[in-house]
Amino acid sequence: MAGPLVQVEKLSKTFGAGETAVRALAEVDLVVEAGEVVGLKGPSGSGKSTLLNLIACIQEPTAGRLSIGGETVWDGQWRVPDLRRLRRERIGFIFQSHNLLPFLNAIDNVALAMTLDGVDRSAARQRAGALLDYLQVGKRASAMPARLSGGEAQRVAIARALVNRPQVILADEPTAALDSERARVVMDLLRQVARDQQAAILVVTHDEKIFDRFDRMVALRDGRIEQQQRSAA
Amino acid sequence: MNLALADIRHKLGRFVLTCLGLGLLMAVALSMVGIYQGVVTEALALSRSLRADLWVVESGTRGPFAESSRIPGDVREMVARLPGVAAAGAITLRTAEAQAPQGTIRVQVIGYEPGRPGGPSAIATGRGLGATRFEIVADARSGLPLGATLLLGRYRYHVVGTTRGLVASGGDPLIFMQLRDSQDLQFRLAPAAARRAIAANAGSGGTDTVNAIIAQLHPDADPALVAETARRWKHLAALTDQQQSDLLTLSVVNRARVQLGMFTVVLLFVSAVIIALIIYTMTMDKLREIATLKLIGAPDSTIVGLVLQQALLLGGMAYVAAVAIVFSARDVFPRAVVLGPGEVAVMAGVIAVICLLGSLVSIRAALRIEPQQALGG
Repeated sequence: MAGPLVQVEKLSKTFGAGETAVRALAEVDLVVEAGEVVGLKGPSGSGKSTLLNLIACIQEPTAGRLSIGGETVWDGQWRVPDLRRLRRERIGFIFQSHNLLPFLNAIDNVALAMTLDGVDRSAARQRAGALLDYLQVGKRASAMPARLSGGEAQRVAIARALVNRPQVILADEPTAALDSERARVVMDLLRQVARDQQAAILVVTHDEKIFDRFDRMVALRDGRIEQQQRSAA
Repeated sequence: MNLALADIRHKLGRFVLTCLGLGLLMAVALSMVGIYQGVVTEALALSRSLRADLWVVESGTRGPFAESSRIPGDVREMVARLPGVAAAGAITLRTAEAQAPQGTIRVQVIGYEPGRPGGPSAIATGRGLGATRFEIVADARSGLPLGATLLLGRYRYHVVGTTRGLVASGGDPLIFMQLRDSQDLQFRLAPAAARRAIAANAGSGGTDTVNAIIAQLHPDADPALVAETARRWKHLAALTDQQQSDLLTLSVVNRARVQLGMFTVVLLFVSAVIIALIIYTMTMDKLREIATLKLIGAPDSTIVGLVLQQALLLGGMAYVAAVAIVFSARDVFPRAVVLGPGEVAVMAGVIAVICLLGSLVSIRAALRIEPQQALGG
């Protein structure tokens, strides 16, 4: 393990102000090391999505400190001038319903994240093709998302998340739309990615069938970490 | 990779149908511009076809188009002798309902003396008028073919030639006939009325009356100066061709021109609102995709480019459809639809500006989409 890629210290998030203020996250501490796959569970309203949004830098924390890849991103104010660039270069996203752009085929959906970073399209497609092969969905490279099965679409989404070699991958219920077998395959892929690319992977999930696929499970309740448990696997 | 084009390709049928619908709306707006231009062109078509440099009419009138004018036919001799005048011709003008083989038609009858100014500038088919009476040259818009017979008043006339694009300011096709025929038609009383006039000692009704004398000047002659000379005769008024043209556009067809202009503005406004709504709907349809793009780090320029390119492509394609529709259907219109490269280019610019303005609301909405909207649940 190369060191913590996600470091959350006393991170809080409060929505609203005064009597109507709602504290979604209260002084959460969390560290995710390179190569580690961490699960985030908890009942609805426990703060899982808020924590994911804060780490993704799409919502601003109220207090605490957030570091990505060893660099302080927020400590009372944003320390990174271009948050979209940060997301583009250092964070990969995997969504519950894959969120592939319906008007691009599989390979272009993957290559898009690279071309947004200014990479030449043919070079981007070459890397995208290699990733699709790595995720065993290379034969479906030219298929439109509507023609892909749920498992195939999620693999393409994983490829998109990986294409810029991010340090951190955030996944929001990536197996919710998959059956047990495919869910396990996706989780095994994520574990493989974490190991091969030394990425830190944080997964929000309710899916008990895949709890054993995480290096560590973090349980949230009422905006606080209730329990952290290392997997027996 | 062009996201705008990829999205259009993905929903090609819907995009093409939208373009066609919008194209029809733009075609109406473009037609109005053409009809507006047509009214002006038609208003000037008659005076231009006669190639007159000077119009001599009844004193105190601004005839023969804006007001009625009657002067003796022999005034032509006087005008022809004015310094600077190369040729002069007497003309009569009369709007009439005539019986054509296809039914009743409304025409503007021009009487002139063949060989003198006042005849059609070009013959499309057949020949011009000769010495034979009861012959006419008819504009193609009248629907009269060569050899057809037209019943006008008490007389029948044979079509010996046709012209193209010669209509009066009201859009009625022109019919050219000999001055003598037109004077008979216009001023000769019916036999019973003539007998009554003779009995009342009022004469049988002289027919050597014309509506105007038109003159063509020598190249070095000053039209204003010749007009001033003609005005010295107390019973005459004179207008230069420029004055006649101004009178036709600013007085005779002004109300129609303003009406059409205002209607065009209203149509453009309606088009602008519809274009803006279509672009907004197209953008909001991609709410989740735009949120995803933002989440994976797409800069604002990518989002703005997506909306703007689609707006301009939509406007451009719809405008091409509109031009194709108008140009293929303009001959069906009863009045001229005149659209030159200038009008088409200006309208393209107007549509581009409308698309740009219409996309501003959508761009603002797209930029306000939060990246977390991409996250489900």
